[in-house]
Amino acid sequence: MSELDMNDKMNELLKKAEANASTKEEKSFVRPEDEEREVIAPDGSIIKVNPIYDYFSGEKPTVEEPSKGVVEKFLNWARAESIWVLGFGTGCGSIEIPPLMTPRFDAFRFGIQMRPTPRQSNAFIISGYLSVKTLKRVIRSYEQMPSPKYIIALGSCTINGGMYYDSYSTINRLDKYLPVDVYIAGCMPRPEALLAGFMKLKEIIKSGKGEGANIYAENFDEYKANQKKVIKDWNMPDYNW
Amino acid sequence: MTIYAQLGYTFLGLFLVLNWGMLMSATFRKIVARVAGRHGIPIYQPWIDLVKNAAVRTTLTHGTMFYLGPVFRLTGAVGMFLFMPALVTENEHWLNFSFQGDIVLILYFQLFGMLGMALGAGEGGQPHSAIGIGRGLAQHAAVELPLTLGILSLAIQYQTLSLVEIVEAQQVLGWTLFTNPVASAAIMLAALGAFGHSPFNLVKAPNEIPIGPPTEYHGSYLGILMSSGAIIHVMEAALFMNLIFGGATSWVEFIIKTFLIYFYSVFVGVVFPRFRIEQSVVWFFKLPLVLGIIAILLYSF
Repeated sequence: MSELDMNDKMNELLKKAEANASTKEEKSFVRPEDEEREVIAPDGSIIKVNPIYDYFSGEKPTVEEPSKGVVEKFLNWARAESIWVLGFGTGCGSIEIPPLMTPRFDAFRFGIQMRPTPRQSNAFIISGYLSVKTLKRVIRSYEQMPSPKYIIALGSCTINGGMYYDSYSTINRLDKYLPVDVYIAGCMPRPEALLAGFMKLKEIIKSGKGEGANIYAENFDEYKANQKKVIKDWNMPDYNW
Repeated sequence: MTIYAQLGYTFLGLFLVLNWGMLMSATFRKIVARVAGRHGIPIYQPWIDLVKNAAVRTTLTHGTMFYLGPVFRLTGAVGMFLFMPALVTENEHWLNFSFQGDIVLILYFQLFGMLGMALGAGEGGQPHSAIGIGRGLAQHAAVELPLTLGILSLAIQYQTLSLVEIVEAQQVLGWTLFTNPVASAAIMLAALGAFGHSPFNLVKAPNEIPIGPPTEYHGSYLGILMSSGAIIHVMEAALFMNLIFGGATSWVEFIIKTFLIYFYSVFVGVVFPRFRIEQSVVWFFKLPLVLGIIAILLYSF
């Protein structure tokens, strides 16, 4: 197939896709380059692509059973003594995190470290108010973290909306959308409160109750329905590996 | 010595080196914390992190090379250990499998792990990994040049490519540091880049490009990377110890010397801020490269 022929064919396909898009009744938030469509491969054959599901796994999460007895206790002890926090400041509360890691409060003493990538973290601090726009990113990051994973909800805004209780753009109750392990109340809670929250999280993990990831997997449909209720421009797969 | 005894000593040595490397990395983080005025991590934190990483329940893959990346890295680390004489004494218990020309092989294994990681992390598809790999390989090329020139100068000086013979010669003639200071300077400046601490740690820059090549690695993959990193750090320090500082005749000497060589790079790191990649490459092409060329010229004529 010559290059000119290929261009013609490509234009034809694009026109077809445009026509399809304009006849759709519901408004789609999926970007044009992410839409399901037909493309021409280098050898001239026509293939179907669906970028969202080609790049990510659309599979539902499954419950991952903990080990049994002493082994799980030992592993839980290790998990509790090595908490890697995702460095994602979601709201104003993230201003409390730098003093937590620097000389005055030095959370490194307790095995708490920041990690820059969700793949390597197992704790997520939702720091304060969560706008719907950020919630979308938070869900994506949370789902990319490997199990077992924990969520610390920092500040009153995550409990009942706090001072943003009637805002059009923030969510009020975090645990409708993601499973929360520890709440730290206050506006803003000081780093001492955050440290106390971490100690509480350690207790929870050591007692074997830090199974947020499994709770999320068990009640996945419910969580997803709640998330989709507030996130109107849903343009990602339902589950982001 | 039978091959079984040799293998036994090698495994024991590998175990010692792994734990010493973990302790060194903990001490490194402790020192950086103390310089910043913090208390720092507990000294046993790396071991807990290792268990924690092994205990992660979800592991996902991006393909075969993604699995093999950490394996290659570990192979590079163990390969460096296998061909490095740990202690050079009258009995041959801790020579591992070193032989004539082992320097070339060790330099190759140093690169082997990096290339394996580049392939594995590349398959992860994370753009940050690709940036980290590009920077890492560019910097490694710049480090290798003065390092290799310095080592070749030593090879000409001692008329051998065997580390054991170089160490034995130093035990008679005195340390290379005093007999060939120019080559030693080139090697030790290149060592800063080989260790990869600040100012040459842009490859893993956690804030600009999240953690570099291992961005996608988690759980036991990361555990393998951590343990091979520990071995590599000790082995690089041991390489410079054997080349320049007269090798070691006992484990106590080995530990003291590798500690001091490693912490020379750590102390440089806590004093100097991070270079951008073009700055670090240019830096290696200036003084260390010139010293390397002079070191070669001195022994060629």
